[in-house]
Amino acid sequence: MSKDKTYSELTVWLLAVRDHRDRAAFGDMFDFLAPRLKGFIIRCGARPALAEEIVQDVMLTIWRKAAMFDPHKAQASAWIYQIARNRHIDIVRKESRPVPDELGEDPGTEPDASQILALEQEALHLKQAIQQLHPDQKEMIEKAYIGDLTHQEISTQTGLPLGTVKSRIRLGLGRLRKELKGLR
Amino acid sequence: MPAITHHIPDPMIAAYASGSLPHAYSMVVASHLSYCRDCQAALGAHQAVGGALLETSACAALTQDAKPKLMARLDAPAAPEPVYDAAGIYPGPVMQSLKGRPLRWKTLGMGVKQDILFEDAAGSARLLYIPAGQAVPDHSHNGLELTLVLQGSFSDETGRFGVGDVEIGDEDLDHTPVADPGDPCICLAATDAPLRFKALMPRLLQPLFRI
Ligand SMILES: [Zn+2]
Ligand SMILES: [Zn+2]
Repeated sequence: MSKDKTYSELTVWLLAVRDHRDRAAFGDMFDFLAPRLKGFIIRCGARPALAEEIVQDVMLTIWRKAAMFDPHKAQASAWIYQIARNRHIDIVRKESRPVPDELGEDPGTEPDASQILALEQEALHLKQAIQQLHPDQKEMIEKAYIGDLTHQEISTQTGLPLGTVKSRIRLGLGRLRKELKGLR
Repeated sequence: MPAITHHIPDPMIAAYASGSLPHAYSMVVASHLSYCRDCQAALGAHQAVGGALLETSACAALTQDAKPKLMARLDAPAAPEPVYDAAGIYPGPVMQSLKGRPLRWKTLGMGVKQDILFEDAAGSARLLYIPAGQAVPDHSHNGLELTLVLQGSFSDETGRFGVGDVEIGDEDLDHTPVADPGDPCICLAATDAPLRFKALMPRLLQPLFRI
């Protein structure tokens, strides 16, 4: 198992699960991830009992689909975020989320370790940028990314005018955008 | 394949990633992503933000037995999930919604055909088949219409749309898409509200065909 300091713990655990079905690594990942996932899902509007059920489902999905994780293409946290949102929606709405086809490698680019490192760096900088956001901005951005809420619904829920919600999200994303090449 | 020139707007990709986009639109977004590296990169960026938010999320304690319960489930065999891959001109998300059923084209007149793939209170998604040179009747929109080209191309007042391109029509768009010469144009279209046709006949037919 790679103990490379440049990989985040989450990536190291996920690769150990993917390549060696490593239960100890999965247990460590559970200890780190499950409470955060549960907090995240509760703030999506789920009751604690349902949140607990979704956490179980998400963790089990991570265990079963680990073979599909490719650190050249996505950060561990980004991959897990999409699984968490998909499973939550599948369970609540009882409909399967449409999933895009894989496009394969960009012609002319060989997958290499520098891609992984770039993604790891991006994730690190994003986390730092989020921690430095004003609490109001962080709250709005979190609401947008935990889904099930349109800007209008966030506005109704928080009692803030729609324009304020939009500008906080825009300002917050502007700060994050510096850290992200893909964000337009 | 010619380059894609009409993409999904960024906020809609974020809404797709977070799951706040209604299902019918998600089908079109996921289908466009099946053609488009640029929009997949944008999706990756939003997933990275989501992942960073998840990692910095405030914790909620789990019940005592949550971990042993999960660890005990790791060896349980998973029920095999059916896999529906892209086939011919149809990307994976279209095949996923067909769930293995064959296409059922219903004629709308003038050679135009449709197959409704999905419908709920928030909107509907359908395949449209438009013979070369044929126009989709002049109409405007109550809400938001996404049209992704899967085969051939069409043109309207705003431009030309080829395979992989997506047209976004809102209340302000009043257009008459016409299939270009060549192969019949096949599109995946999602709407959140019935289209308003200008001509009397199509309006009368509207409830019948559920456009
Ligand atoms: Zn695109
Ligand atoms: Zn239209």
